[in-house]
Formats: sequence, structure tokens, C-alpha cells
Amino acid sequence: MDKELDIIIIGGGIVGTAIARELSRYQLNIALVEKEADVGWGTTKANSAVVHTGYDPKPGTLMSKLNVQGARLFPSICGELDVPYKKIGSLVLTPNEEGFKVLEELRERGRLNGVTNLEIITQEKLFELEPNISKDIKGALWVKDTAITAPVELAIAFRENAEKNGVRFILDTTVIGFEVEDGRIESVRTDRGILRAKWIINAAGVNSDDIARLAGDDSFSITPVKGEYALFDKEIGNWVNHIIFPLPTETTKGILVLPTVDGNLLVGPNECITSKEDTNVTEEGLKEVLTFAKREFPDLPLNMLITVFAGLRAKELNRKDFVIEPSPVVENLINVGGIQSPGLSSAPAIAVYVTEILRDRGVKLVKKKDFISERKAIPRFANLSWDERARLIAKDPNYGEIICRCEYVTIGEIIEAVRRGANTLDGIKFRTRAGSGRCQGGFCGPRLIPLLSQLLEVSPSEITKKGKESKLVIGETKR
Amino acid sequence: MKEVKTDIVVIGGGPAGLASALRAGELGANVILVERDFELGGILNQCIHTGFGLSLLGVELTGPEYAETFIEKVLSLNNIKVFLSTMVLDIKDKTVYGVNKKDGLVMIRAGAIILAMGCRERTRGALGIPGERPAGIYTAGSAQRLINIEGLMPGKRVVVLGSGDIGMIMARRLLLEGAEVLGVLEKLPYPGGLTRNVVQCLEDFGIPLYLNHTISEIKGKYRVEGVIAENLLTREKFFMDVDTILLSVGLIPENELSKKIGVRLDPRTGGPIVDQNRETSVEGVFACGNVLQVHDLVDEVTRESYIAGEGAVRYISGKRKIEGVINLRPGENVRYIVPQRLSLPIDSPPYIYFRPQEPFTNCQVIGRSNGREFSLGSYEYARPGEMIKLRLKRELLDSNLDIEVSLVGEKG
Repeated sequence: MDKELDIIIIGGGIVGTAIARELSRYQLNIALVEKEADVGWGTTKANSAVVHTGYDPKPGTLMSKLNVQGARLFPSICGELDVPYKKIGSLVLTPNEEGFKVLEELRERGRLNGVTNLEIITQEKLFELEPNISKDIKGALWVKDTAITAPVELAIAFRENAEKNGVRFILDTTVIGFEVEDGRIESVRTDRGILRAKWIINAAGVNSDDIARLAGDDSFSITPVKGEYALFDKEIGNWVNHIIFPLPTETTKGILVLPTVDGNLLVGPNECITSKEDTNVTEEGLKEVLTFAKREFPDLPLNMLITVFAGLRAKELNRKDFVIEPSPVVENLINVGGIQSPGLSSAPAIAVYVTEILRDRGVKLVKKKDFISERKAIPRFANLSWDERARLIAKDPNYGEIICRCEYVTIGEIIEAVRRGANTLDGIKFRTRAGSGRCQGGFCGPRLIPLLSQLLEVSPSEITKKGKESKLVIGETKR
Repeated sequence: MKEVKTDIVVIGGGPAGLASALRAGELGANVILVERDFELGGILNQCIHTGFGLSLLGVELTGPEYAETFIEKVLSLNNIKVFLSTMVLDIKDKTVYGVNKKDGLVMIRAGAIILAMGCRERTRGALGIPGERPAGIYTAGSAQRLINIEGLMPGKRVVVLGSGDIGMIMARRLLLEGAEVLGVLEKLPYPGGLTRNVVQCLEDFGIPLYLNHTISEIKGKYRVEGVIAENLLTREKFFMDVDTILLSVGLIPENELSKKIGVRLDPRTGGPIVDQNRETSVEGVFACGNVLQVHDLVDEVTRESYIAGEGAVRYISGKRKIEGVINLRPGENVRYIVPQRLSLPIDSPPYIYFRPQEPFTNCQVIGRSNGREFSLGSYEYARPGEMIKLRLKRELLDSNLDIEVSLVGEKG
């Protein structure tokens, strides 16, 4: 490949894309390499989508610092990039009187981390805030600034904005090795060819330790910890008004019950150490999650379940902290690993932190004069007012034709998503919500395959759900 | 926004919408029929197998042929206007808000509304089937659309989960298209659909039906690479080497719009609570077809929709009076009854539809009211997969008190 790059980012999750966008402010030649067909398909697409304020991480850790900083950057970044961000507040519940001591410790920890707006509330106030909650709950810590967002949309927005500012995204491409000479990575070997760059940023999520090891660096190790989730119909999206946490344990914030920015109800995750390939939902796991939620919300209608999914947390169990540092053995490699929760909340701050590491290492960071900081989202017909809908259809009649009947997604939105790089059914889903409603693509799925085939100018049997071997049909019927 | 006025607006242009619009139109009402697809006929258009029309028309037709008989009649009436490719987004009182490419936003003010939105299929997610989430998992109806409308084959080696009618019909369809169908798994001890489909779709083609079986895990990260099937009685598990899973695990009446106007639903049917005229709990709002109760036969959908069409016309003409209500309650071994209530006065004893809780042989249907008991009919066998239709007895209605309908007989 042509001109030598300044920076290669490995991994197109929320962290990799945030770094790409942050670095695109500077006069640098950057490429991001992602093994999947789209950005945000690893941990980014299967987590709680919560922007934590930072009361929880142990004071003094990198995690606590970047969480607090990241959460503060979130509103403006979501504003610039037109990504949903809703400050709805969270409640950490205690089922007994002893729990109030834990809540006080959390509040104190929050104070040390610089988090304000924390209040311990009694049962009475709690029932007022959350009428559906079990009468056995004694009280809660009310964290008023906790927010919810849309992680995959944010990764997509980072990508679109970074691309606009010159970053190259090389998708569906897996890094398989490095050529290391005298402690420097000379070239990056992928399954599609060789890339060269002065700096390599390793943001490969659960695989970040494997990537480092490919370069001879075994300074950290990732343990994938699976979390299973259950997603419920929008009809009960207002079952809770806040993000509901149990008392945290040593290792996890526990199983949450919360509304999503799209108006669904989400329950999860549990915690189970597993392999890096395992995003199976198990019968036991699902039961664990639902039973837990039922304890807090006894009347939760389980028949409103829409879908289940699982994601992996990339945990560094020795350090119990983020690993964001220059590799101790490879001079031009920067590791960004162990980004477990609150990784999403921290992502904007991680990107700034990585930029500072580069600066410290002598990378000349000259700001672009023509940096474009804003990005507009694809119009969401379903969320528009009648007047806005009428104007949109007048401009482009494709916005008057609905293809996803659950989420009211129009053909216009599909066309725009494809124009912006969606080339799979899941890519369409994460950009437009087509297929993410209560019928789970039963209606739009068979209609989207021919439409995508037409828009992408490939045969229907080339259309995939999520890249690689995920073909949706094998060909035409008998003629 | 385009604004129109009409006597009756019908939402949904499938068999229920067509028949109710037709009947209302024949009786002289101005009707607007709103359909979200680009053509009328609804799900019938993808049901290219035969078996339609036997009881109502006395001929055996394919789905598209059955639909065509009604579409022609509907289009021949000047007082029925059809809006195609139009999605209804909202209803407030008797005003329907829709959208299409041509007119943009459409506002339809009507005197009465007929809900005929049909049903949707239950999904894998709703069942929470464990495993990965690869490509190759389709509801039976989606696969039917892919094959019969789009001309695309979903896969080569197929297992069907659930023995609903569409599942069995699609098992045969896929086999005819050259796929290998390894079997149909049913978690209950008896099939979910019609006996006629068990025989004509599975037995005649040598497709195994595994009763008391389910899928306990889906394998494959990108495309389905197999399933673990489980015998629920012995807990024995075995691997089935498939690349495609079809789901036929139930149909859900599509009542999101009904809920928006406050129509009360029956948790047993998932559809609105209606009287014998198919009027819902909201005055002037009627419902018919699969949005009301999931039918086995389209012929019955049509009959029910005629009733709704007539009811709506009577309503707008101001002739409908309700002087009292009798509730119909499912008793012993009866899963649900439609209609759920009868509005007084009653001219002639109406038909009721219901399903047994489980299979029965040599059984009797008993109606009870005011301490009196009447036999309403006897059956050699009754199956949950086959809806029972019978006429109430005049004597049951005499007291104007609530009626309970039960089924007694030998289980199995």
C-alpha cells in the first residue's frame, strides 16, 4: 500500500474509533483496521450503554480519572456528533439497612473522584421515583448525572467524522502479525496485505493482549468476562425511569434494569469468565438475569421480551485497571487494553489521553485548520414531528415509504445508511433500527435483502447479516 | 398533509380488510381501505399453496387466487377507495394518520374504524432460545416471503421449530425447492397446526415430526452451523446438522394501533374484546381477522370480516343500540371465546369461536347460564390447533345473564 502512514489503529470499537476521531484533528496520516465488516461490533454493541459519572472506580486509578473526565466530555461530543445522550440519573438500591453503609462509602468514593450530585434517599422518595420497584427495597444512592447513550451509533459517528477528516477505515481485515526489528514494529501483516506506519495503537478490545503478543509484548493479559442481556418491548420502556443498579460487588456493578435511548427496557448483564469467541446466551444465564430483575421488579412482564444477546468485557485481572501505555518492549506500540466498564464512559477521555502519550513520545501534533467537528445523524423518521416528516418527504419521497413496520424506518433512511457505508443487514440495523423492533426483522428482513442487493449492486446471495460467512440466502429458487 | 373524510376506514388490506371493506361497500358506505404493501391481499399473496376457499366458496384455491376474488370486487366498487403503500402511524379518536410516498402524510377522518391489521410471528428472541445469533434463522412467514415473492432460497439443510401451520407448509415448500428438511420439532405432545397439514405436508413427504422436542442451542457465529435438539421427556440431546432454522412458534395479533386508541384486549387471544358485531370496547371501532383472534382458515376470516363490515355500517347509520351486555366466559378446558360479549338485543343466536386447552376425544361442549346447562354440540375429537365454531342456543340467551362455555370429554 502506497504512502507510509503515521498511525495505524487496530480495532474499530468505541475506543479505537474515539481515538481515530480525536487524532483526526491533527495533520497525521491515519488508518484504522477492523476485523469485522463494520465498526462497533465487539463489546461496543453488547453493553449497558450507560455513561457512568465515575463514583464507582477506586480513587487514584487511571479508570477513575478517565471515567470522570470522559463523562464530562460526553454531552458535548454527543452534541457535536448528533448521537443520543440522555441524563436520566441512576439509583443504586439497597435491600437492607446495612446496605446504607455501602451507599455512604460509594458517595464518599464519588467525592474523592470528584463526582457531585449524589444523594442517599429513603424508601419513600425511591417509590416516588420508581413506582414499579419492589417494596422490599429500603433505599438508594441517587446519582443524578448518570446518562444513557447509543454506543454503536457513537462508534459510527466517530467513524464518519474521522473519515470526513481524512482517516482511512480498513474493515473486514484482520491483523495476523507484525514484523518487529530492533524493538520497533516495521510493518503490520493483515489477511489482506501489509501496512506500514510509524506508530501502532492497539485498541483491539478482548483481543488486545493477543495483538500485543504478536509483537512480542506480553505485558498484560485479557480475561473475557461474558455478560448476558435481555431486551424488552418499547411498550414497557417506561417501566423504570432511572438506571437501576444493585449494590456493587468487588468485581461488578451488577445486573442493571434500565431504559435505552430508543425507549426499550434493558436488563443485564450477569458475569461469567469465558473464551474470546463465546457470545452465546445460555439458558442459565438468561434465567439468572431475569430472576434478578424480577426480585427488584416483581411485576416485570417477561412476555414482553424481544431479544437476548451477550457481550464480553475485556478485563485485566492483575492490574484491575485500564492498561493505556506505551508497550514496555516495542518502542512504537501503544497499548490500550483492559477497557472494561466504564470503558464507554471513558472513551472520549481515553482518546485524549492516548493523544497526550503520542505527544510525550515526540509525535508532532499540528492541528488541521480545516478540521470538521460536526456530523449529522441520519434523519429518524419515527422521531420527527409531523411537520418535519412532511418536509422530509417533500424533499425526498423515499422518506414516505416505510420498510420496518415496528420502528417506522423508511426507505430513505436505508438509502442514506448505505450511502454512509452500511453494507450488511446488521450495519443497516445499527444505523437505522430497521429490524430491531418487536418483530426482529420478520417483516423488513425479506424486503431488505433485495433492496440492499439493488443498492449495493451485488447479487442477493452476497448480502450478509454481519459480514464473513453470514450469508442470508444461498441463491435463487428453482425457475 | 392530505386530508380526507369517509364513513369507514379499514386498516389492513389482507383477507380481513378486503372482506370487511367489501361488505361495508356493498351496503353503500364510503370506505377507505389502507394497505401498507404495494398491493392488496396481505399474507395471502405469499401463500401459493392450495386449500383456500373450500368452505366459503366451494372451490380449492391458492392464496393469491382467493385474494384476487375479493380484490376484483373491492376495486369494482366506486365507493371504496384504496390507499396502497400507506403505513398507518397513529390513530386518535376516529382519525387515522398515515404516510406514503405519493401524498406524504395522510389524515383520514372516519365515522367508524375497522381494525384488520392481522398478526405477526413470534420470534426467536421472544422465546429466548440460547446460543449465538448467526444468519440463517427465519420465521416461517419470512422464509415464505423470501421464497415465494422474492424467489430466494434461505438455505440447504433445514430444521423447523414449532409445528404451526405455516411451519409445516414451509417444511414441504423447502423440500420441493430442493432443500433437505431434517425435521419439525414441537415442544408439546401434539402438533400445533391442522391435522390436514400434518398429513399433507409432513407425512406425505416423509418429514419427521419430533413431538416433545425443542432446540436447546443454536450453533454458528456467522451462519447457522447446526442446532442441539432436545427431547423434553428424556432430556436426551442430539446434534442436527443444519444451516437454516425456521420458526413456527406462534402468531401474535398485531394490536399496537388498537392500544393507541384504548381498545381493551383479551389476554387470552391477544386481540380486542368484541361483541357479536365485532365492535371493540371503543365505540365505533371494529376488529376482524387475525388481529382479533388467530384463525386456521381464511374462509372464517372472511366470514368474520363480513360481520365487522355490517356492524360498522349499522354503527354509522345510527341504527346500532346497546341495551345490555352478556359476557361469554371460557369455562373448563376452553382456552378462549370470541366474541367475548354479546350486546343486547340479539336478533338471532350468534356463532362463537373457541379452542380447547388441550386435545380431547369424544367430547361435548356445554353452555351454562343462570344455573341451567345446555349441550351445544358433541365432537369425536377437539384439538387446540383446530378452532371450533358453533352456534349458541336461544335458551341460553333467555335470561340475559352471563354464559360460560366448557368442554368435557376424554383427554388425549
